[in-house]
Amino acid sequence: MTMSLGPYASFIVTSYAAAALVVVILIGWVMLDYRSQTQRLRELEERGITRRSGRNATELR
Amino acid sequence: MSLIDLANPTRFLALTARVLPWLAATTVILLTIGLYQSAYAPDDYQQGATVKIMFIHVPNAWLSMFVWGVMSIASLGTLVWRHPLADVAAKAAAPIGAAFTFLALLTGSLWGRPMWGTYWEWDARLTSVLILFLMYLGLMALWRAVDDPARAARAAAVLTLVGAINLPIIKFSVDWWNTLHQPASVMRVGGSTLDKSFLIPLLVMAIAFTLLFVTLHLAAMRNEILRRRVRSLQMMQASQKAA
Amino acid sequence: MTALSALIRRDIRIALRVGGGALIGVLFFLTVVVLMPFAVGPDLALLSRLGPAILWLGALLASLLTLDRLFMADHEDGSLDLITMSRTPLELACAAKALAHWLAAGLPLIVATPVLGLLLNLDMVATVAVALTLLAGTPALTFTGMIGAALAVTLHRGGLLMAVLVLPLSIPVLIFGVAASQAVIVGPMTFGAPFSILCALSLISLVIGPFAAAASLRHGLD
Repeated sequence: MTMSLGPYASFIVTSYAAAALVVVILIGWVMLDYRSQTQRLRELEERGITRRSGRNATELR
Repeated sequence: MSLIDLANPTRFLALTARVLPWLAATTVILLTIGLYQSAYAPDDYQQGATVKIMFIHVPNAWLSMFVWGVMSIASLGTLVWRHPLADVAAKAAAPIGAAFTFLALLTGSLWGRPMWGTYWEWDARLTSVLILFLMYLGLMALWRAVDDPARAARAAAVLTLVGAINLPIIKFSVDWWNTLHQPASVMRVGGSTLDKSFLIPLLVMAIAFTLLFVTLHLAAMRNEILRRRVRSLQMMQASQKAA
Repeated sequence: MTALSALIRRDIRIALRVGGGALIGVLFFLTVVVLMPFAVGPDLALLSRLGPAILWLGALLASLLTLDRLFMADHEDGSLDLITMSRTPLELACAAKALAHWLAAGLPLIVATPVLGLLLNLDMVATVAVALTLLAGTPALTFTGMIGAALAVTLHRGGLLMAVLVLPLSIPVLIFGVAASQAVIVGPMTFGAPFSILCALSLISLVIGPFAAAASLRHGLD
């Protein structure tokens, strides 16, 4: 797996690395956000705050 | 399942939970194929190996416009059809679109350094994408400036649609301005003369990135719905305490 | 029709009386232009080359800053609710308000341009060209800025946020306004082409502005 990237290898590697980094940050943001929102919903429900429909806020079906 | 059914957030959440793993898996497979193909794509006779930046730059540039298109349709949904999930979709798309636009700018300038000898050229395409990036940031600032989501949603929808009408005008003006100020020495890359050995990896990467956006967007919409539930539950808690 | 002309007369009168902001815009325009030589140096040749750009930037910022209060004052004293509920279509009322604002705040900028042109070492032809492009272009600035003003009043936020939202939209006007004036001064292009596009931009914003502002007012006020 050796590729010759020519004299501008650093530019190519940097752009792929930057793209990977930004995508990882996006995925991380979405997953952490999901975790914290479900966590807060669970805490609120433990304190006895329920939705008007009476259904569980985190339940999906 | 029609759009009307999706108006129910709970049903939407159920659908998302079912679809997301498949979408994510497809994205990973396509991205792997695309990266493999672009790694083994031949060098361009003019640009050498730097042409590999194209495989990551063009999909991001395409998404930067596609996401604004998605937000415009969502804004129509907010203003015209009053679809309850439309503003959720518009709000969730803005940061993701901004991130892809940022990547398009960054890879464009990294591509420009070997090609033009400078990181930033006031090239028509780069300049229009920069303006687009500014508009994404403005839209995100608007979402953040107002704490009532419904109020922010309508303002953001108006701005998104005005932006959608203005974007072609801005693109045209910048093109015109650029030809006025710049000798036509800037190397033009891309266009219709792309060889098949570049075109296929590029298409695969473009589809993979689009799927990546759809996956992230659905996940961010799910988060936004949950965030609004948290908000309404907290308001109920506050009113129960007050009573 | 009488309702609209009454609205225009009222807005102009409010803008020009004590406490109205129209003439502060001109003062701001003057100050910005006077600031420029301190930044780039008192080189007359350089100033005359940058002249149209400086005048256009000054006019852009001045018209943006005065627009902040376009709907806000009416919202505070309640007359905006009356305008929204009246039988006159809101789009036309918005257009009338923008027209009144342009007459009160935009026209003085154009009248001030020859004086400022002297300060920037612009010759007669160049000054007339800049004034003409401002005459054709400032309506576009007012009518796109009105969208920002409407958003500002529905969000209860003005100032910086509005500027950040509206400024990117005014880039085309800036490009063609400066290009048309430069065409007269340095050539090699004709004045006609960019000037016609500038007029076209103004006409487009004349249509988009009132509709977008009315939409955001209608949905945002409650």
